[in-house]
Amino acid sequence: MNTTAIAAAPAAIPKARFDGRPLALLLALMLLAWPLIGSSSSWVTLTVAGLAMGLIIFIIASGLTLVFGLMDVLNFGHGVFIATGAYVATSVLGGSALVRGWSGAPALGLNLAAIGLAMLAAMAVASAVGLVFERLIVRPVYGQHLKQILITMGGMIVGEELIKVVWGPEQLPLPLPQALHGAFVFTVGDGAAAVEKYRVLAVVVGLAVFAALLWGLNRTKVGLLVRAGVQDREMVESLGYRIRRLFVGVFVAGSALAGLGGVLWGLYQQTVVPQIGSQVNVLIFIVIIIGGLGSTLGCFVGALLVGLMANYTGFLAPKVALFSNIGLMVAILLWRPQGLYPVAKR
Amino acid sequence: MSDELLSLRGVHTHIGAYHILHGVDLDVREGEVTMLLGRNGAGKTTTLRTIMGLWAASQGSLAFRGAPLQGRLTPEIARLGIAYVPENMGIFTDLTVKENMVLAARGARHAGELDARRLDWIFGLFPALKTFWLFPAGKLSGGQKQMLAVARAVVEPRALLLVDEPSKGLAPSIVNNLIACLRELKAQRTTILLVEQNFAMARALGDRVAVMDNGRVVHAGGMAELADDETLQQRLLGLSLGAHQ
Repeated sequence: MNTTAIAAAPAAIPKARFDGRPLALLLALMLLAWPLIGSSSSWVTLTVAGLAMGLIIFIIASGLTLVFGLMDVLNFGHGVFIATGAYVATSVLGGSALVRGWSGAPALGLNLAAIGLAMLAAMAVASAVGLVFERLIVRPVYGQHLKQILITMGGMIVGEELIKVVWGPEQLPLPLPQALHGAFVFTVGDGAAAVEKYRVLAVVVGLAVFAALLWGLNRTKVGLLVRAGVQDREMVESLGYRIRRLFVGVFVAGSALAGLGGVLWGLYQQTVVPQIGSQVNVLIFIVIIIGGLGSTLGCFVGALLVGLMANYTGFLAPKVALFSNIGLMVAILLWRPQGLYPVAKR
Repeated sequence: MSDELLSLRGVHTHIGAYHILHGVDLDVREGEVTMLLGRNGAGKTTTLRTIMGLWAASQGSLAFRGAPLQGRLTPEIARLGIAYVPENMGIFTDLTVKENMVLAARGARHAGELDARRLDWIFGLFPALKTFWLFPAGKLSGGQKQMLAVARAVVEPRALLLVDEPSKGLAPSIVNNLIACLRELKAQRTTILLVEQNFAMARALGDRVAVMDNGRVVHAGGMAELADDETLQQRLLGLSLGAHQ
């Protein structure tokens, strides 16, 4: 066979460099907050709380950003999967005497088993709800953004009403298992920092989900297809892959993650109301916009920024805490209009 | 029995309110390179996209190896052995060269499962792809991206390649390399339907030619016949091939 040399000049192509500036921004926010808070111990407490909150939001939002990236679907009904997960957790943890016993026992292993069971059940039910939601509500409005917004918001309202039918309209308690009560207290500088045990668990679960997502997206063929589909779904179809099927899979997986996030968020709040999903809807949309629509890494960094900002401003200036994340979004979009890690789309 | 691999009869395509193809008749013979020529807006790209099922034919018939294509989804059409290199190359810029190739090889789950001999052959054709194997495809030059687009189409054996204006925007030296690569594919009896505005490239590669105008094929015949007849070139294309040497 002939060989046809295409002029290859390695020096002409810039080295593939990781863009670390969004991560530097995260670090800068933490360092900026330190002197403003004034106390190292309070700073540690708030930072861990912010990271835990951010990681829970990341778990919830990661599926949504991929759904948008892959099929341009604006799902404002994502909150219903969060609420479903949280309510399923109330049933599992407060249901059978056995699981109640595990949750109430002063043994970390049994407590984690109870939470693990609640998480698995929540993910299974939320994914089933996601499958039905995609089939009945999202599929008829592919490519029609205005209709997507209206119908998915309507879907969430219907979902919340169905939750009231199944679990009742009252606020339900979702108490933490026995061994997760309280905090690790340790001395930092001149004071005592308190890191709640549950928040450590949330950080561990959040990091595990992030690592699993990164592995799946970068090391598996399905992950490659998702990343490619986010960029150019028409070309993925032209290569012989059914993107609709892939999208349904991502939608269901995203719903399961939202269900998992619902369990973590419910335990974080220790109460559950039917509107628990819609309460965090604004936050998760801020996160996926900040991160860059369709970007998993952007969603991760964006969620941490939002979590930290909410905790720092809640401590420093409670009156502006509600608006702080809107301000953060505006500032980031002024810096990077496509988000922290924009996805090249065609 | 006919040796036509692909056959279009009276194909009409609408895009929204616009009627783009007005009854296209086109045959692509097995083992040959068929050039699809015509002015901008003649309907060449729409024809390729209609064959791939990216736009649905509103009327007429499309047959591949005698089996109808209309009503099939794009992934099904691709799985029949038709590879498509779009005008914008369709490179996944956030993915590495390796990841782009793995995606194009439907039978491979990872790079280790790519056909090593075929990969060597591709690296022989396009050495730059080996050099930048682990680089994001978005960092490649325009010519290298085009090489990747063609390499992706042939990473597994395909029955038919649909290639849309591969020389567009490329430097002449890169176009010459591209012609040599496509010649190599042609020598292996790969069937290609090639949309091109570069007439020198068309003459160098084409066995047969179809000229489109206003959504129809207005001339079909041998490439040599068109290349030798300046009057015909002038009438069909408003240009002569000789003027583009």
